[in-house]
Amino acid sequence: MRNPLSKTIVEIKPSGIRKYFDIVSEMNDPDVISLGVGEPDFETPWHIRDEGIYSLEKGRTFYTANAGLLELREEINRYLNRRFALNYDPKDGILVTVGGSEAIDIALRAMVDPGDEVIIPQPSYVSYEPCAVLAGAKPVIIELKNENQFRLTAAELEAAVTDKTKVLILPFPNNPTGAIMERKDLEEIAKVIEKHDLFVLSDEIYAELCYTEKHISIANIPGMWERTILINGFSKSYAMTGWRLGYACGPKQIIEQMYKIHQFCIMCAPTTSQYAAIDALKNGDADVQMMRDSYNQRRRYLVNAFQEMGLECFEPFGAFYIFPCVKQFGMTSDEFASRLLHEEKLAVVPGNAFGDSGEGFLRISYAYSLEKLKVAIERLRRFVERLQPK
Amino acid sequence: MREQILSIIEKNSRIDLHELAVILGMEEADVVNEMEQMEKEGIICGYHTLIDWEKTSVEKVNALIEVRVTPQRGKGFDSIAERIYKYPEVHAVYLISGGYDLLVSLEGKTLKEVSNFVSDKLSTLETVISTATHFILKKYKDHGTVLDKKQSDERMQVTP
Repeated sequence: MRNPLSKTIVEIKPSGIRKYFDIVSEMNDPDVISLGVGEPDFETPWHIRDEGIYSLEKGRTFYTANAGLLELREEINRYLNRRFALNYDPKDGILVTVGGSEAIDIALRAMVDPGDEVIIPQPSYVSYEPCAVLAGAKPVIIELKNENQFRLTAAELEAAVTDKTKVLILPFPNNPTGAIMERKDLEEIAKVIEKHDLFVLSDEIYAELCYTEKHISIANIPGMWERTILINGFSKSYAMTGWRLGYACGPKQIIEQMYKIHQFCIMCAPTTSQYAAIDALKNGDADVQMMRDSYNQRRRYLVNAFQEMGLECFEPFGAFYIFPCVKQFGMTSDEFASRLLHEEKLAVVPGNAFGDSGEGFLRISYAYSLEKLKVAIERLRRFVERLQPK
Repeated sequence: MREQILSIIEKNSRIDLHELAVILGMEEADVVNEMEQMEKEGIICGYHTLIDWEKTSVEKVNALIEVRVTPQRGKGFDSIAERIYKYPEVHAVYLISGGYDLLVSLEGKTLKEVSNFVSDKLSTLETVISTATHFILKKYKDHGTVLDKKQSDERMQVTP
């Protein structure tokens, strides 16, 4: 029998997160506390769930338009306008997808040909690189630096560009580092983008979770809207991960090609989720605010706790992750995480699961109640004190 | 700043003040000052504990009583409300719009104790026109807290 498999897919490494998930779940120890989760701890606000239930009661159990309910796309545009001063045409500039993940995949497939290069700043979400490979592109990694607070600089971008570069993935606010890009940072890289005629896939799924100032999209920078596919969704801002609902916005020329892939591969995003999402956008601003305040309190708590225990860490301004450096202990991320898990029963994710430049760091999620964080941080403190006797 | 302090201590009045200062990004001394000031101003009226007495061996009976009264010239409802809230068994008194005037929340040890209070004390007040007593059979949610909520984390332990 011939080999049934595609060489491309076989060569793609399984996610480093998956490996760590297996280690934690094999322990099967009820005393293990995990700070390894990349989704909100809040349940979806009740009024949103109620709309989902109501749509089922009304028998709205059919496909929707491929691009998503028009009413939802209109609400998405209103929301982006209200929150981030962005405008997209609900008719042909917005596509409702199965989570932000689908949008990443189809945006890349719509924009690259074999041989094109896609620039991926890392540490970052685990799916950009495999999606670029599956789209036939060559991923080019930029290793973001702790001393830049893991922001992308114009010099780093300039150095990574070749005459084959087509797309830059811009993952801010960032998972796993919690880094953000401020307006001046975006303006700097926009010059490079324009100079080399690049396109941007801006993954702004954590846009609502910015703690110092309001999130700014690269599409807000003059000249960038035309070059940007903006990806956002409901998972993080409205605590709706399980509903699998995201969206992509951009110029008609790109969205209509993404629409084709979406139409053939997906048909449409889940109908129940779309009805619930309309309510989220119409009536969910207060929930978003409440969750943001709550994450921000936990963020301050952790920054303070790390300072007290002498764990080196830049202050993250976005998402719900903090990314401390453990190089001072002379261990790799894997060693540190593994010993922390076995000795103190605390699970965190090694930074290198998000790219080689995450080596020496840990991703700690604060999508947990303060009560849980306190217990977890006590365990981390004990561990760190054992490593550096006073 | 006050609003933020209040919204946190409303849910957890036992929070450590140092921790409260940290999570709000404030100085501990400022938090302490602000809270003392709010106590003086009567904004913070107490630090009570929410207890589900059902789970203890203590027997308690709670009732809500709708009371219709005749307001008094020059005093409105305030003086009759005061007559009522001075009884220690009265937990809460609210002036209500609609079909009746005062809603009285009452706690007693037995049904009899509560009904005696209504018939002997409350109904006999001169200005009270009528009462309707509703006994509480079960408390599902109180002060924004679901009393029997199971704490469980449905999420997978590690996700990207």
